[in-house]
Amino acid sequence: MKGHERPLTFLKYNRDGDLLFSCAKDHTPTVWFADNGERLGTYRGHNGAVWSCDVSRDSMRLITGSADQTVKLWNVQTGAQLYTFNFGSPARSVDFSVGDKLAVITTDPFMELTSAIHVKRIARDPTEQTEESELVIKGPQGRINRAVWGPLNRTIVSAGEDAVIRIWDSETGKLLREADKESGHKKAITSLTKSADGSHFLTGSLDKSAKLWDTRTLTLIKTYVTERPVNAVAMSPLLDHVVLGGGQDASAVTTTDHRAGKFEAKFFDKILQEEIGGVKGHFGPINALAFNPDGKSFSSGGEDGYVRLHHFDPDYFNIKI
Amino acid sequence: DDDDVYHDDQLEFDSGFGNVIVVDNLPVVPREKFEKLEGVIRKIYSQIGVIKEDGLWMPVDPETKKTLGYCFIEYNTPQEAELAKEKTHGYKLDRAHIFAVNMFDDFDKYMKVPDEWAPPEIKPYTPGENLQKWLADEKARDQFVIRAGTDTEVLWNDARQSKTEPVYKRTYWTESFVQWSPMGTYLATVHRQGAAVWGGANTFNRLMRYAHPQVKLIDFSPGEKFLVTYSSHEPSNPRDANRVVINIFDVRTGKMMRDFKGSADEFAVGGAGGVAGNSWPVFRWGGGKEEKYFAKLGKNMISVYETETFSLIDKKSLKVENVVDFSWSPTDPIIALFVPELGGGNQPARVSLVQMPGKEELRQKNLFSISDCKMYWQSNGDYLAVKADRYTKTKKSTYTGFELFRIKERDIPIEVLELDNKNDKIIAFAWEPKGHRFAVIHGDNPRPDVSFYSMRSTHNLGRVAKLTTLKGKQANALFWSPGGRFIVLAGLKGFNGQLEFFNVDELETMATAEHFMATDVEWDPTGRYVATSVTSVHEMENGFNIWSFNGKLLYRILKDHFFQFLWRPRPPSFLTPEKEEEIARNLKKYSKKYEAEDQDVSMLLSEQDREKRRMLKEEWEKWVSEWRRAQEEEKLERQKLRDGEASDEEE
Repeated sequence: MKGHERPLTFLKYNRDGDLLFSCAKDHTPTVWFADNGERLGTYRGHNGAVWSCDVSRDSMRLITGSADQTVKLWNVQTGAQLYTFNFGSPARSVDFSVGDKLAVITTDPFMELTSAIHVKRIARDPTEQTEESELVIKGPQGRINRAVWGPLNRTIVSAGEDAVIRIWDSETGKLLREADKESGHKKAITSLTKSADGSHFLTGSLDKSAKLWDTRTLTLIKTYVTERPVNAVAMSPLLDHVVLGGGQDASAVTTTDHRAGKFEAKFFDKILQEEIGGVKGHFGPINALAFNPDGKSFSSGGEDGYVRLHHFDPDYFNIKI
Repeated sequence: DDDDVYHDDQLEFDSGFGNVIVVDNLPVVPREKFEKLEGVIRKIYSQIGVIKEDGLWMPVDPETKKTLGYCFIEYNTPQEAELAKEKTHGYKLDRAHIFAVNMFDDFDKYMKVPDEWAPPEIKPYTPGENLQKWLADEKARDQFVIRAGTDTEVLWNDARQSKTEPVYKRTYWTESFVQWSPMGTYLATVHRQGAAVWGGANTFNRLMRYAHPQVKLIDFSPGEKFLVTYSSHEPSNPRDANRVVINIFDVRTGKMMRDFKGSADEFAVGGAGGVAGNSWPVFRWGGGKEEKYFAKLGKNMISVYETETFSLIDKKSLKVENVVDFSWSPTDPIIALFVPELGGGNQPARVSLVQMPGKEELRQKNLFSISDCKMYWQSNGDYLAVKADRYTKTKKSTYTGFELFRIKERDIPIEVLELDNKNDKIIAFAWEPKGHRFAVIHGDNPRPDVSFYSMRSTHNLGRVAKLTTLKGKQANALFWSPGGRFIVLAGLKGFNGQLEFFNVDELETMATAEHFMATDVEWDPTGRYVATSVTSVHEMENGFNIWSFNGKLLYRILKDHFFQFLWRPRPPSFLTPEKEEEIARNLKKYSKKYEAEDQDVSMLLSEQDREKRRMLKEEWEKWVSEWRRAQEEEKLERQKLRDGEASDEEE
């Protein structure tokens, strides 16, 4: 579906799997019917690229993080802006907690400001919403590309440009764990997605690999190796598959793969770490991936501005290696 | 380490006097004649190179006030000094004064020679390693060398297990590239100070090194007896051509058999047309494995040397007015040479076959209206194809025809072949190795045609006939299997790696495949496997694929910064043609044994595979139950966070 004028940055399904939210560099997050790709509406108000979003469990509220240094809360149905959080630097990652009462937000390093992780309380009634932060963690070097809640909102997991995954105490802000440098990623981590039950998560990196970790202990469980830098990752909620989407080194933009429609979303067997197939179609690197919670379809968003919706045919569910 | 090894050879003797020569036997003159003599000397020596400022010194006897009869001349580079010594030593200034020229450093060297002769020490005999050991691999595998990043690795191609097996690896093994000797015995590496060869089945010890500072290119003789090394140096006068140094070494002893020094003009090859491929090697070897001769193209001549004495046959070059290209038969001492048209059509172009060492002309043919010419020998020296581009009557365009010489037949008959559409551009041509067929890629469309011809058609033994034309192929390069019969039609560069595996006996396609962005294709020496690779010309997708001869992808290896892939060549088989035929006839009997082995290996593989998978699944199950347990424990807590909302645990 073509709804964005500029490259896609993020995709998110709601819990029921009937809505798909897309974010792009064009300032306007969009919502679509997850079934047929029909566009329902757009959320206007941001003045910069929108990097990520999350939707509440009841599908009533949407939160978006943007390069315009704000994070906005929206009414999903009406598209109305409910609240704007202001920051001193571009906002990047946003994630609702279990229960949707808190949100964790990351901001980029900007001028003298380092990157940071902010926890905001989300009021039930938008009129009672305040700007106050529950917690601010001053970040490590470089951009924090993703920060998400751990089980029971007790921890926050962050990953970014410095390739190190960190686990923080969500109440005190103390650093609890760091991923092992030897076995961890060697280049910037671009993406992170949690399993349906939050027990494990998948990270994708420019080092051409994706890694699977246990959320509670930060133990490295699996590594998936591919040929291209990884920009986006997704895990099937139904089968033991992980999907990686990638692109090319920025330095190689003019000299690489420009075969029409041949950028692939690569499927791997989650347990055996072997590639099982790929889905082609994008005209540029893939920047976003998301699985429908029912596991029967997934969507990919590309540098080419397209969102591609894929419904699996019956054979997919019978794949055997 | 390599560095101190080379210092032994006194190569970079930084005495500081490497650019100085001593010219002796000069006339002894009084003061009045100093200037005149100096002027004469300077005139002679500045023709050869640029004499450094204040570089000419004629010492004077303080008592007699006359010159001492010799002088020192300093140039900017040692190459100029050496050239001056070569060119002027023995020069007759007049009857009484014949220049004796030496390198300044040589004086020191010769003074050090002891007066008493002491017999050389006899070193105890240490048996060398069996350099052919790799050929006796039980699994009949082939080796290849790859260079990626700073590593050079030699690996076995274990196609049965669909993987490689390491043989030897070394970082910074070479300073630029590596090259196998023609029969696979040695691996040569190139360094600042010269070249070196390494060998053995797995050990790859350094066997010999050859001093040649700043060497850029190397070439082995076909029988691996000699190694030719080449370097090119900037002249001190920028308007001159580069200085070229070529050395020929005996591979086993490391002894330099002959050196050639001169200006790049003398060693550049070819004139306006007809240079088939690169200008290296400058010296082309002839006479097949016996490596009896080597020859170089010169101005209006071909200089043919023989390896008994390393001098020109009959002490003179073969004079051929205007010759622009030549090539040896791969098996016999025959040279095919091409002379282009002269004098606006007065003298037609011609192709000549000359036999060495006698220099008899075996055959020649005049060709009219030729614009360009390329020569292609068949691997057994049975045929020579000359691709001749001719001008049309209007001279505005060209069309191509082939002159096909049947070398082994009496009187060497020549046949002329034109393509069905003679205006088609010829993109590639290749003889079937050891066979009687050839393939041509031709046409002006974005997807050209590929045609196959045979010199021995079934109907008429004496005439060339077309077998078939494949239309509209995405191919621009031809790769025959070394044993013939099969060919890979490859679309490199613009076609981005299209591959078609074609059976020429049956004239049918066995498989089409793609190795995206492939830059190189190479058959293994046995013709069983094909390696395609993407080198660092491209930023991404570097690495290589191994295919079976019929186009099945066996495995692929990715390696960033991939520079070279070279199969290790094999020496020719010792089996007689009769024995080979017998084996082919009784193949079933021989193959039974190997089939059984193959079965065993594949069973073992599955077993290993299954075991590995079982373990992975077991390990995973442990995690899954751990997570389930934690989820259960936290269930109540989670509900609280959601204000009592029960049901699914999903977020």
